[in-house]
Amino acid sequence: MEFVSPEGLRLDGRRPTEMRQLRAEIGVVSKADGSAMFEMGNTKVIAAVYGPREVQNKGQQINNDHALVRCEYSMANFSTGDRVRKPKGDRRSIEISLVIRQTMEACIMTHLMPRSQIDIFVQVLQADGGTRSACINAATLALADAGIPMCDLVTSCSAGYLNSTPLLDLNYIEDSAGGADVTVGILPTLDKVTLLQMDAKLPTNIFEDVMQLATEGCKAIANYIREMLAENTKQLEFRRDS
Amino acid sequence: MLKSNVFSKKTRNNKIKKEVREVYLRDDICCGVSSCTTCESPTASSATRLTASTILVVDTNVVLHQIDLLENPAIDDVVVLSVVLDEVKNKNLSVYNRIRALCSNSLRKFYVFANKFHKDTHVEKMEKESPNDLNDRAIRVATQWYQKHLGGATRVLLVTNDRENKRKATEEGIFAETIESYVKSLEQPDLLDLVVQPASVDVNMEDIEDSRPSKRKVIYAEHKPMSEITSGLRHGIYHQGKLRVNRYNPFEAYVGSESIGDEIIIYGRTNMNRAFDGDIVAVELLPQEQWHEEKSLSIADEEEEEEDVHLAPSSADDAPRSTTPVNAADQIPVPSRPSGRVVGIIKRNWHSYCGSLDPMPMPAGSGSIAYALFVSKDRRIPKIRIQTRQLGNLLNKRIVVTVDSWDRQSRYPFGHYVRVIGDIGDRDTESEMVLIENDIDARPFTAQVLACLPPLPWSVSSEDLANPIRIDLRQIRVFSVDPPGCKDIDDALHCTALPNGNYEVGVHIADVTNFVHPGSPLDDEASKRGTSVYLVERRIDMLPKPLTEDICSLRADVERLAFSVIWEMTPEAEIISTRFSKSVIKSCAALSYVEAQARMDDSRLMDPLTTDLRNMNSLAKVMRQRRIERGALTLASAEVKFQIDTETHDPLDIGMYQIREANQMVEEFMLAANVSVAAQILQIFPVCSLLRRHPSPTREMLEPLLLTAAAVGINLDVSSSKALADSLDRAVGDDPYFNKLIRILATRCMTQAVYFCSGDLSPPEFHHYGLAAPLYTHFTSPIRRYADVFVHRLLAASLGIFQLPTIFQDRPQLTSVADNLNYRHRNAQMASRASVELHTLIYFKKRPTDTEARIVKIRSNGFIVFVPKFGIEGPVYLTSKGQKGGGEWYVDEQQQKIIKMDSSLSYSVLQTLRIHMEVVEPQPNRPKLQLTLI
Repeated sequence: MEFVSPEGLRLDGRRPTEMRQLRAEIGVVSKADGSAMFEMGNTKVIAAVYGPREVQNKGQQINNDHALVRCEYSMANFSTGDRVRKPKGDRRSIEISLVIRQTMEACIMTHLMPRSQIDIFVQVLQADGGTRSACINAATLALADAGIPMCDLVTSCSAGYLNSTPLLDLNYIEDSAGGADVTVGILPTLDKVTLLQMDAKLPTNIFEDVMQLATEGCKAIANYIREMLAENTKQLEFRRDS
Repeated sequence: MLKSNVFSKKTRNNKIKKEVREVYLRDDICCGVSSCTTCESPTASSATRLTASTILVVDTNVVLHQIDLLENPAIDDVVVLSVVLDEVKNKNLSVYNRIRALCSNSLRKFYVFANKFHKDTHVEKMEKESPNDLNDRAIRVATQWYQKHLGGATRVLLVTNDRENKRKATEEGIFAETIESYVKSLEQPDLLDLVVQPASVDVNMEDIEDSRPSKRKVIYAEHKPMSEITSGLRHGIYHQGKLRVNRYNPFEAYVGSESIGDEIIIYGRTNMNRAFDGDIVAVELLPQEQWHEEKSLSIADEEEEEEDVHLAPSSADDAPRSTTPVNAADQIPVPSRPSGRVVGIIKRNWHSYCGSLDPMPMPAGSGSIAYALFVSKDRRIPKIRIQTRQLGNLLNKRIVVTVDSWDRQSRYPFGHYVRVIGDIGDRDTESEMVLIENDIDARPFTAQVLACLPPLPWSVSSEDLANPIRIDLRQIRVFSVDPPGCKDIDDALHCTALPNGNYEVGVHIADVTNFVHPGSPLDDEASKRGTSVYLVERRIDMLPKPLTEDICSLRADVERLAFSVIWEMTPEAEIISTRFSKSVIKSCAALSYVEAQARMDDSRLMDPLTTDLRNMNSLAKVMRQRRIERGALTLASAEVKFQIDTETHDPLDIGMYQIREANQMVEEFMLAANVSVAAQILQIFPVCSLLRRHPSPTREMLEPLLLTAAAVGINLDVSSSKALADSLDRAVGDDPYFNKLIRILATRCMTQAVYFCSGDLSPPEFHHYGLAAPLYTHFTSPIRRYADVFVHRLLAASLGIFQLPTIFQDRPQLTSVADNLNYRHRNAQMASRASVELHTLIYFKKRPTDTEARIVKIRSNGFIVFVPKFGIEGPVYLTSKGQKGGGEWYVDEQQQKIIKMDSSLSYSVLQTLRIHMEVVEPQPNRPKLQLTLI
């Protein structure tokens, strides 16, 4: 199948290095301590953060000096086209939950909050490829909204390799084409990688190009998230003053 | 950049599912017109610039049906909209590939405008609008946008054959024309022939049909609707398969059907029901009592068609299909194979065909439309009716014609003229026909391909010498042995005696992959061509000449890069160790087979080179002996060689190709190198190696051989290749040629060896029957075979000195490469054979000859003879054409004899007789060789 036409346009009209449209909203779940909704094209996820709060199940706490970070990922039944009831805690969800938890743990300053726990809930409202990345981006925003101390933002973006072209931010059709799919998560200010996943195989030189592209996507997302946070802070300031 | 989302619904296998796809509308899509100043071309890929004052926008139906016209250089400055491309892709992939090729051709001005993603030309589906109407509207919107965008200076013309679309366009103020009226306005009458007549215009055709005595009636049965075929297939009433027409009898076809596990025979055009060779068809079995109604033993059974004289086939794939009942030993004639008739065509395999027009009187007014019958060179294709305005021009030409339709009322399919190749009978024209028929690309290499070559004059650089992966073998006495006059020398040898009494033997192969890098245009072109093609008078190279004849060719006295296989061998030719390495060599002599043989035979010569040759020869003999003991078959083929006049390129003489010991020596070491390389690559890359296998022949395939052998009192054991080889050795007759004849007959019962990807089959299937080797591949001729280039890369990767290209990780792609190589390989062989046949014909045109021939097959009205001296085979008739079967002669199946009723005369298989050979021309423009008994 032709995923990039000879004219250099993808199936949805993007060029290979273009991202889908980003949209974000902070504070969508008022009961939570922090929350955010994040959209990448037709992929739409919501994240809610509770904490830091007292550890509910003492048995889970391994290290007394650090806060416990928990994460739960789920997909809404209506998130894909066909409405199938998926059992909670399937392998894929468990894996993604773990990925998100580890990625977020890397930037949360857990040592500042001993004997406490932070819960991150992410749910996919609409899936169109790149849910993992969107969840991480939403979680970053929600954590920031909750005022949890972090050493940096974490942003994530995917990239793939189809028709001998590296493609940024795969949508569902491109994702299910069977090519390689590289998901990268970075700390943009510190310029460090916290997440790197790939399914399928790529030769090293091509992999480097694809990863480079994904990293650039992450940086673009980081800029967008910073703008969103600055805007949000301005509004908070405005509300406090009035 | 404007972005917006559009919703669309899509149904998928019985389920209705809503799909939401984003569409990003852009403002950076260039219009592709050079006079336009507003569009900034963002990428170099859209370099195509339309320049003319009139720009054409083509509708889908124009692209789908008039692709031959669009390919004509007279049509240019065309905008192809992306909606049109998408629709074409859905309807006909081959047309899509052709239009894509046009768009990417830098010489043609075809521009693809992505109207779907342009912010001004994007259209959204309206309520109750069919997809067809939506596309038509999108085309009109885009045309209108072009007109507005370019202003009055340029005229934008919508070319459409859809009446409704044209009417609406005119209403909206767009210039619209049909393809006919546009081509007429160009005032080039020959272009008009390229225009395909829409089916509705067939009214004129009826007059033509009426004027003939044949009444206009339904000739063929109706094709069943698709739904009925699918349900029929499911219930086992119909059988699906690819129709293959007998190359030697176009009224007989086979459908290989998986559902009944046997081939279904289809007799006659009526039962074939308008199916072409290669079509995927649905077949219904005839009731069993009708299975044998057509006796297949007679040579020809309908109309004027007859079997031709042709080259003796070299394998089962080339041979005329024998329809002799397999169980001939039984006395009751039981029809062994089911016969059937075609009820529907699932997928057409129509493409263009070359041939000539049936001669016919010129119509009164020149330039008026005339109907003519086209006769294809490929006998499997029926005559094709075409319409032309330039009959006078075409009558004595070879032309290319495409099929458009075939309705129930017409005996022949309807098609249209594509182009002229040249004059009939002209050798260049006929040679080009051979190339076209076998799908061989003989065009010169493009500038992009040539750009990949290293600059000339080229020589081994100091970097190459310093490269640690390359060993320096320049001091070693390396030499090559090839046919005389060989310029593309891809293999060289050396043989050094070691102090411990063993020998170091090296095979050095031109290091083509050092210059042909994966993914480069040069590599793509080579992989497409697959192999060099050798015709009698010319060679079509796989790689450009500077590479084949200079840079890679391992010529004498120059330093060249090579890929070497070096063994240490005992004097008994046991391999002690094998190593592979890239190297630099300097060949000291480029010998021909004759020279090498003369050196070895001349006992006075004692120079080191001759000693090497003798050592190698003795090793080769041992290796050969061992191979034969393992069961390798010594097969024979009737290869002939022409002597060509250097001035006129006419053949001067034909003779059998002589094989010397020197040939066998080189062959032996090449085989050994291939086997060693196969083992090495398979060990490192068990699932993605490219190997070559030769399937064992089945008993049915060997049946004709056994029958013939039994008739002359020889019992062949075919249980294994070893047994067959032994019994072939024992099959000695009264005359010296007898054994060779039996071997030739055995060879043609075998299938051809094929390339395959090691991951696709299980190890026992890797076996090479003919060589009796468990593993085999091609490594030794990278200049002329792409498979070897592939294997070179695998070998380099297995040594860790070269990164394995990504294609090896993609199994389906690897399989498709192997399939393409097999296809190209086969076509190249067919082309060589056709070229030899052509030259044989030219040769005998001036020289009617009497010669000796051997009977190889008995038929009911004659027999097939083989002429050893010229390597050809053809029918000799005992009865004249009119009297079918004769009645005068009868065939003894078991004895393989044809006996006259009064027992006064009889001919048996393998008998020697004298025949007369002469070129006759029973049908105009179809000269053929006729064999008659003296």
